[in-house]
Amino acid sequence: MTIERNARLRAVRSWGDYFHFSVEAPAVGRGARPGQFVMVKVDDCTSPLLRRPLGIHDADAGGIELFFKVAGAGTGILSRKKPGDRLDIIGPLGKGFTVGDGLKGKKAYLVGGGRGIAPLFFLGRALAAAGARPAVFYGGRTAADIPLCDKFEQAGFELHCSTDDGSFGFSGFVTALVENEIIRAKPAIVYACGPDPMMKVLASITAKHAVPAEFSLESIMGCGIGACWGCVHRIKDGTGDGWVKICEEGPVFPGERILWL
Amino acid sequence: MALTAKTVDLSVDLGFLTLKNPVLAASGTFGYGLEFEPYLDLEKLGGFVVKGLYYGPREGNPPPRLVETPSGLINAIGLQGIGVEAFAAKVLPKLRRLRTAVIVNVCGADDDEYAAVVDFLDRQEGIAAYELNISCPNVKTEGLCPALSPRTTFDLVKRIKAASRRPIITKLSPNVTSIVEIAQAAEEAGTDAVALVNTFLAMALDLETRRPKLGNVFGGLSGPAIKPIALRMVYQVASRLKVPVIGMGGIMTGADALEFLVAGAAAVEVGTASFVDPDAAVRIVSEMERWCEAHGVAAVREIVGTVKTA
Repeated sequence: MTIERNARLRAVRSWGDYFHFSVEAPAVGRGARPGQFVMVKVDDCTSPLLRRPLGIHDADAGGIELFFKVAGAGTGILSRKKPGDRLDIIGPLGKGFTVGDGLKGKKAYLVGGGRGIAPLFFLGRALAAAGARPAVFYGGRTAADIPLCDKFEQAGFELHCSTDDGSFGFSGFVTALVENEIIRAKPAIVYACGPDPMMKVLASITAKHAVPAEFSLESIMGCGIGACWGCVHRIKDGTGDGWVKICEEGPVFPGERILWL
Repeated sequence: MALTAKTVDLSVDLGFLTLKNPVLAASGTFGYGLEFEPYLDLEKLGGFVVKGLYYGPREGNPPPRLVETPSGLINAIGLQGIGVEAFAAKVLPKLRRLRTAVIVNVCGADDDEYAAVVDFLDRQEGIAAYELNISCPNVKTEGLCPALSPRTTFDLVKRIKAASRRPIITKLSPNVTSIVEIAQAAEEAGTDAVALVNTFLAMALDLETRRPKLGNVFGGLSGPAIKPIALRMVYQVASRLKVPVIGMGGIMTGADALEFLVAGAAAVEVGTASFVDPDAAVRIVSEMERWCEAHGVAAVREIVGTVKTA
């Protein structure tokens, strides 16, 4: 983890409210693992005051890619950055997804809801490199909320899309699409990132079918480095349960440890 | 022509403790210190105040615990923490080898717990002073914290000062009618210094859902939004007290910190800025140094209390 004050924005792509940034930040990119995140300063202003946590969409030795949706003032300011602009980034932070050697030759289902798809591209690449057989399930409210379908297809991933309104792919929640597929071909593991209601349903589905699962949780964060205790979620451990910092012990947790309140 | 850089003397003497510079990282915004090791050299700080400790581990409030407001942050963490025993076993051995002042923020659900925390910590080495967090809700007085009245402040400070082998810094709440009266009560009770201000009681709500944005409904406002009020309070208290004042509230830059010194603070604490930039406190030290160089100030303590109100 490092502070990269002069990360250069190399390229920007956008689809409505969704933005993809390619950022030159070798010190952050080199150490990054799928499921980790960065804290991005949106501007040198005091309003908004805090950095924004963004999941790492992809990374290599030259830098990172980010994928986010404009959700408020902070991401709004960020979305107006142009190629060549400088970004102030802290990362990589947190603990990512488990990509075990035991997955070689086995199926892994990656489930992303809306902007929650962000970390799953990096994860999918890592799984493929480890010899696993990843399949991506990408859901959104409408076709406009799943703009990365082409990217996943071009990268050669098995892709299943869904929209709540039926405007593209499977009509209904992505969780129903995943359950159908789990019944047809049970995977070795399910990974997910998306809105809490989606992951809560998915947690009960994976538990019902006895499939191990890992979920990446989201929260407003004060610092991203474990100092403020502002981003907690209810998590079980050996002796009981308590408020656990998402930034430090997560953002990825095994499904059976997460309590959905 | 060989130029030797003029060095500014940044040290400040609180009477009971000499700091290498006037900047402390504030409790509640700096974890237990170690979280920041990847981002700054802890020994470049005047010191740091670790997160408030109750005797035992503490659960904290349900989320959401944070909400941003214009130039500010409202938090309702609820003093979640590991307790003194885990602190002494796991954290303090690592802090002890640092050449900087480690100050422990002391909490209690009642006066007995404050005393128990201090009694336990008095038997540990490597602590420079205690910062008495008198803003903890008191379970025996239906949630009223000692900071809210001169009487309860006096009683608690007197008891802890008499029992402690270490200096006591009393951290004051701004949520009072007259912070000067509370500060004077702490001084009469024997506090070695006062630190102010803690956060301002605040609230944010979502108009569409009409729900409070914090799980605890209320929280404490910090950040640049509170700086002018904090500065006023520090000025008022410093002009009435003999013991040193440690000023804080929305300090983001070296200039902010220097303003608190001019208003009468002998040292400052940097809080919310550390969330935005983990190395903010060290940056603020170097900005203060540069300002002193540029203004021919040989020792930063010379500017303490130099506000010109006449």
